[in-house]
Amino acid sequence: MKFLSLIVTIITGAFLIYGTFDMPEWGDPNSPASRHVSPRYIEKTEIETATPNMVTSVLADYRGYDTLGETTVIFTAGASCILLLRRRKKKG
Amino acid sequence: MIIRGEDIIIKTISRVLVPFIQLYALYVIMHGHYSPGGGFQGGVILGASMVLLFITHGYAEVNRKFSENIAVLFSSIGVLIYSGIGFLCLLLLGNYLDYSKLYKILSVDPAHARSLGILGVEIGVGFAVMAVMFSIFFDISTGGVSPDDEEEAE
Repeated sequence: MKFLSLIVTIITGAFLIYGTFDMPEWGDPNSPASRHVSPRYIEKTEIETATPNMVTSVLADYRGYDTLGETTVIFTAGASCILLLRRRKKKG
Repeated sequence: MIIRGEDIIIKTISRVLVPFIQLYALYVIMHGHYSPGGGFQGGVILGASMVLLFITHGYAEVNRKFSENIAVLFSSIGVLIYSGIGFLCLLLLGNYLDYSKLYKILSVDPAHARSLGILGVEIGVGFAVMAVMFSIFFDISTGGVSPDDEEEAE
């Protein structure tokens, strides 16, 4: 049974590696991801948001909703840490 | 866990270092528009300065200055600042988190309003990350039981 799962893993891995051959070159300016939204951000960030740092403007402005979720995740981590660990006596 | 720091060398050095670390953290938050950085990174540095203070000066002194309950409050305030700015944009007849509508109350052009909106959001993120970092460290190092309670139990 272990041998069978090894074979399944190797075959799946081989397929995945074969799939990566179709991926665009690293940093290829003609890849689909670099042709669609990236030029839009590079050209308009300075004009639209007056923020020279593109990373910041994408993080907090264009993708602000995503960052709100990230902040909520951090807040939830803190809240669950408190719920799991903190044992406080009632005063009085 | 250290309840009260004793070593004078460690205490003095950290007392000198902590303000500079906090100043650097504020710089990282405020300068996120022009250089790498922003709310998350600056908040972590700010939290690290509080952790350094906790390690060197001990529970008693830090709890007097910045207690666990205040840390919880600050983390909520951080998320509230973020979502509050989003709702403010909604009230100014824009989409949620559409900072360009803030120009109506900030008296700048929409592009700069977006820049300021980003800054406000980063400050909120910084608050939340700093408080959560500190709160988690507080809870793990004390095991969730504050030494005051333990003294009473003894």
